[in-house]
Amino acid sequence: MNKLQKPAENIYQKGRSLWSDALRRLRRQKLAMISFVVITFYVGFAGFIYLAESLDWNMQTISWEEETGDSYQPPSVKNVFGTDIFGRSVLRKTLYGVKISITVALCASFISLAIGVPLGAIAGYFRGVTDDVVVWIYSTLSSVPYILLVLAFAVVLQNKTIFGIKLTGITTVYLAIGLTSWVGICRLIRGEIIKRKESDYVLAARSYGCPTMRIIFKHLLPNVFHIIIINFSLRFVGFIHAEVILSFLGLGETDRPSWGAMINDARIELSRGVWWQMAAATAAIFFISLALNIFGDALRDSLDPKLKV
Amino acid sequence: MGCQNIAELIWPNAQRINNFRFDKMTSYIIRRLLYIIPIVFGVLLLTFVLFNLVGGDISLEIAGKNATQETIDEIRAEYGLDKPLFLSWDSQFINHFKNALTFNFGRARDREPVIDKIKRGAGPSLALTIPMFFCTLIIAISLSLIVAFLRGSKWDVIVLVVCVSGMSVPYLSFILFGQYFFAYKWGLFPVFFSPDLAMPQYVALPIIIGIVAGLGGNLRFYRTIMLDEMRSDYVRTAYAKGLSTTRVLFKHVLKNAMIPIITQVVLAIPFLFLGSLLLERFFGIPGLGYLMIDAIGARDYFVINAMTYISAILFVMFNLITDLCYALVDPRISFE
Repeated sequence: MNKLQKPAENIYQKGRSLWSDALRRLRRQKLAMISFVVITFYVGFAGFIYLAESLDWNMQTISWEEETGDSYQPPSVKNVFGTDIFGRSVLRKTLYGVKISITVALCASFISLAIGVPLGAIAGYFRGVTDDVVVWIYSTLSSVPYILLVLAFAVVLQNKTIFGIKLTGITTVYLAIGLTSWVGICRLIRGEIIKRKESDYVLAARSYGCPTMRIIFKHLLPNVFHIIIINFSLRFVGFIHAEVILSFLGLGETDRPSWGAMINDARIELSRGVWWQMAAATAAIFFISLALNIFGDALRDSLDPKLKV
Repeated sequence: MGCQNIAELIWPNAQRINNFRFDKMTSYIIRRLLYIIPIVFGVLLLTFVLFNLVGGDISLEIAGKNATQETIDEIRAEYGLDKPLFLSWDSQFINHFKNALTFNFGRARDREPVIDKIKRGAGPSLALTIPMFFCTLIIAISLSLIVAFLRGSKWDVIVLVVCVSGMSVPYLSFILFGQYFFAYKWGLFPVFFSPDLAMPQYVALPIIIGIVAGLGGNLRFYRTIMLDEMRSDYVRTAYAKGLSTTRVLFKHVLKNAMIPIITQVVLAIPFLFLGSLLLERFFGIPGLGYLMIDAIGARDYFVINAMTYISAILFVMFNLITDLCYALVDPRISFE
């Protein structure tokens, strides 16, 4: 008798929340944790450059303008990735590119989430005319090929003054990327909200007179937050690559080094056998993208309730 | 015929229901066609806001630095920039719509009609993208079937790692290193387009690079689809009744995986027309991608506007075709 009752105790074990469960599963994946370290390093380094610049620290690693040797020196102990046409260290330029790239990707993600999430939530909750208008806007945007849309936005916004702010360099890039890439997340959030708006907890909140905006932003959105996180981590790679392409086409930062601009320089240099600028930029992009790809997948696997075994 | 009788027995109204379905289908098609109107209107509104409102008056840029007021006025008159933005039958807003709907995009900044440029560029672009797209598709699907067969093994992991690594290398690096090694250093292919080369000669290397660069993402995508199918009940049944693995994979799994694959393919077709921006740029292939990059460099809004509009129209058309094909083929689709 006693033996039979014993297993029943386990039922009263405290349940884990989605987040703690996800964290536990994420920790178990070694590769994902290594990727996380790499990502933290990149983001931390970008933050470090901002800090050093604002406090005027004179550090060698970030003073990319300094001439460290002759023009086009091949990689050596002194200049790990060689020098560019003006004798500047390619390593320092690559490191400085981290700042540009991370800034663009973060700002673009922020803009696209700030547009996509509220629009999707409101469209999904209210339906009717609001929904029709939002769906119309995003169907219109998604019927233009993405790369064409980004380029069109970037070309038009470049060097424009809007509300007294002159758009130059990376501002144009992240505005163009952010304003065009909110469609995916908007669509996802709208679908999820439609699915969940009749759930018991929403009905309960409505029945005790909770204001609609509070229901959407306090009750519904936290429940779809994992989707936002997954989407964010998977999009980040795309934004980094988009920045590279835009800078390469001359629509991005022009007076400070970025990975795209370095690849653009390398286009002519390669025929002279100068491969190090290209290799450095490629390696920098490769490692952050690989880390983000692996980490994004691991995050999706551990956060998506559908994939739970 | 026997079938028909049985159907009549079980379901005496079968014929009527079929007619009913047909009526619903017609109304679905009409509704779907009407749905195009707001989308086209939206695209035109978007291009108007982008190029006429935000982009603004570019006559000064076209005229150059030392232009007289007269030249500037002339340019304004030619592009209709002297007209009011809204609130007139001859406003820029109305003209933007009129021009787009009649496919009259005016002249580019080098005085050639935009539409001629686009017609000229479509050929080389398609010569590059069609083989690239279908080769990638065939290779990715066959590899994904093999990987689905080997799922969970060492090879599966290796393929996955290679795919993710391939996705992480920037597209530009693939192109530059490919061009440098295969064309410049080893001389296997021409480095650059020239008019006296035969078409297969100058598109070969870009196609190979495009396939290699795109394979990682595609293979991973199709692998997920195949694995989803492998987990379904019908696969277990097929194995249980003793079918061979090849038969299960090619006859059952591939057939069922066709729905997501076809969606992917049909929706990618309008983008083939655009060509490959970066590949064309590097290899100097005079296609639409090259035209687009030129237009960006020259800030030629007229060309960019036309390209945006045409590709959007193509996308909407193909989207409609996909939806109609689904409705025709898949009886589960409801017409609501």
